[in-house]
Amino acid sequence: MRRSSLLKSWWVRDLLGLLIGIGVLLGLSWVLQRVPIVGIAYYFRIVILIGINIILAVSLNIINGHAGQFSMGHAGFMAIGAYGSAYLTFFFFGPYVDKFPEGTQRFVLQNVLFLLALILGGLMAAVAGYLVGLPSLRLRGDYLAIVTLGFGEIIRVILLNVEKLGAARGLSGVPPWGNFFWVFLFAWITILVSMRLVNSSVGRAFLAVREDEIAAEAMGVDTTRYKVRAFVIGSFFAGVAGGLFGHYMSYLNPAMFQFVKSFEVIAMVVLGGLGSISGSVVAAIILTFLPEGLRGVKGWLNTSADPRMVLYSIMLIVLMLTRPQGLLGRKELWEVLARRKDTVQKDARDEEEGKMDRGSGPSIDA
Amino acid sequence: MQTILQNLLNGIAAGSIYALIALGYTMVYGILKLINFAHGDVFMLGSMMGFYGSRWLHRLRGGEALAVAESSWWSAVLILLFAMVVCGVFGYLNERIAYRPLRNAPRIASLITAIGVSFFLEYGGQMVFGPNPKFFPSIIEKHRLEFFGVVTTSYQVIVLGVALFFMLLLQYIVFGTKFGRAMRAVSFNYETASLMGIPTDRVVSTTFVLGSALAAVAGILYGLSYPKIDPLMGIMPGLKAFVAAVLGGIGNVPGAVIGGLIIGVVEAFVAGSQWSTYRDAIAFVILILILLFRPSGLFGKSQAEKV
Repeated sequence: MRRSSLLKSWWVRDLLGLLIGIGVLLGLSWVLQRVPIVGIAYYFRIVILIGINIILAVSLNIINGHAGQFSMGHAGFMAIGAYGSAYLTFFFFGPYVDKFPEGTQRFVLQNVLFLLALILGGLMAAVAGYLVGLPSLRLRGDYLAIVTLGFGEIIRVILLNVEKLGAARGLSGVPPWGNFFWVFLFAWITILVSMRLVNSSVGRAFLAVREDEIAAEAMGVDTTRYKVRAFVIGSFFAGVAGGLFGHYMSYLNPAMFQFVKSFEVIAMVVLGGLGSISGSVVAAIILTFLPEGLRGVKGWLNTSADPRMVLYSIMLIVLMLTRPQGLLGRKELWEVLARRKDTVQKDARDEEEGKMDRGSGPSIDA
Repeated sequence: MQTILQNLLNGIAAGSIYALIALGYTMVYGILKLINFAHGDVFMLGSMMGFYGSRWLHRLRGGEALAVAESSWWSAVLILLFAMVVCGVFGYLNERIAYRPLRNAPRIASLITAIGVSFFLEYGGQMVFGPNPKFFPSIIEKHRLEFFGVVTTSYQVIVLGVALFFMLLLQYIVFGTKFGRAMRAVSFNYETASLMGIPTDRVVSTTFVLGSALAAVAGILYGLSYPKIDPLMGIMPGLKAFVAAVLGGIGNVPGAVIGGLIIGVVEAFVAGSQWSTYRDAIAFVILILILLFRPSGLFGKSQAEKV
């Protein structure tokens, strides 16, 4: 049967997928809010943090994994998006929405304005990404890494000094509009964009820059332009993740965006396998869940101090020592699974052939 | 004029501590091209060992547990050596366990284990030493000194003297001994050095021991100058020392010292001005400005790319 030509174009399929995704997410969030299990809120919180970390890891993977530019300033971009969108909702959108009475109109308005704030926050982060990407004109490798790290710290210190945004006290009372639906919608979009990007001409140019900058340049790839592009795209999504984080927590503090946060995201990307989108997702899930899952150890060890972060760090070291190329290497999850299936089938075939060989000998029945 | 001199003096004292930490970063980077992010936490370990060392020493002599440790030159030197040995052993184990197995893996893998070790020291430190700040004992008597209206303490003089001593010692080790020659050879080309019969693994281990011992010295000097110490104290000085190493051209030993001094002095001037709340950002601003004009640091070699 022939598929209609409309379904063949990728954007129609993606749009359909996105619409179905929105439906699924709406249904899921409706169900999840009504599950009558005690203590579900705690797990719900972890799931949302996993979603935010997926956005962060997949977007950093565009910069670090695909374009090969080592950025250590993801927390800085996240902070810009978080504070940028929170500034809009806290001072303008929030008070505006509050004027409306409860009801559908208010609900729609709130979510439309939230989407707008998220995108504007992301754009602010993207502008910052452009500014940071520019020095990559001249800097390479570790020097670029330390500049991005320094940039993230500068952002944090500036935020510590902006009285209007709460300075060191933090900004409390950010409208709590972030929820399961928005977080996973954007996680979906980030993954989708990232996957489409790899197979586009831009993505191919990223890979060329990563593999060999000089060769890429010789082939006519404008390396600077593509490096800056990677930074802009990656930091846009980091900004969106920051916006979602701020509106979920409903509180922001510059201390949330220390370079340790960037390190956590880098650990996710590297552990998943640099350049592997599904690897980033898997590692984001593992590394977000790990400290929470280790909570039980505290009671078990019967100590007053909290040993879970110590165990987390040991597990990070052990995971890295056992899989230096990352959990999935540069492959995607389905590639790894497909290959396993192939080898299983091949083994089965070999076995059958073996049987036939044996069967070809003189047999008793014959 | 006096305030300028005063700031300069404070800056040089703080900068020499940064420089001692930066030396560890730059030596390891020069040899392995690895940013050893755990180094700032080794510095914290050194400071903590100074704290516990002075306590144990005091108890050994039959003193009461909580009394102020008596201050004498000999006990101070003993405490310093104790911290250096503990950190040196840690540095050796760190390299052996977390970095050596990844020698042939992608470079970024050992960066992640470095981050893991850093987390391990920070959180483990909170577990073992407790998360609350401790008061570093005055292991040497403190005097107030005054030259030409510039107020200083004997501590600043000691910090400068000790830091200078260890920098000169390192300079001698790197440029004046057989081991130093091996170290420079490994840093120049790891594989060729091993083909020439240089025991590269041993050189790398010794480099880690040296760097960690210097971090311990820095930790003690830091404890003397700013007596509040806690398990997370290594993060910021470590990061700034790393910036200092990059500023001077990472892999370059005198560059790390000069980078450290620059950052210390500029920070002292910023802290004394109306912009004092931006003190923590200034190191990075200088870094970005310098790297924009000299992409491989002040004294770094700009390597020609091979095609």
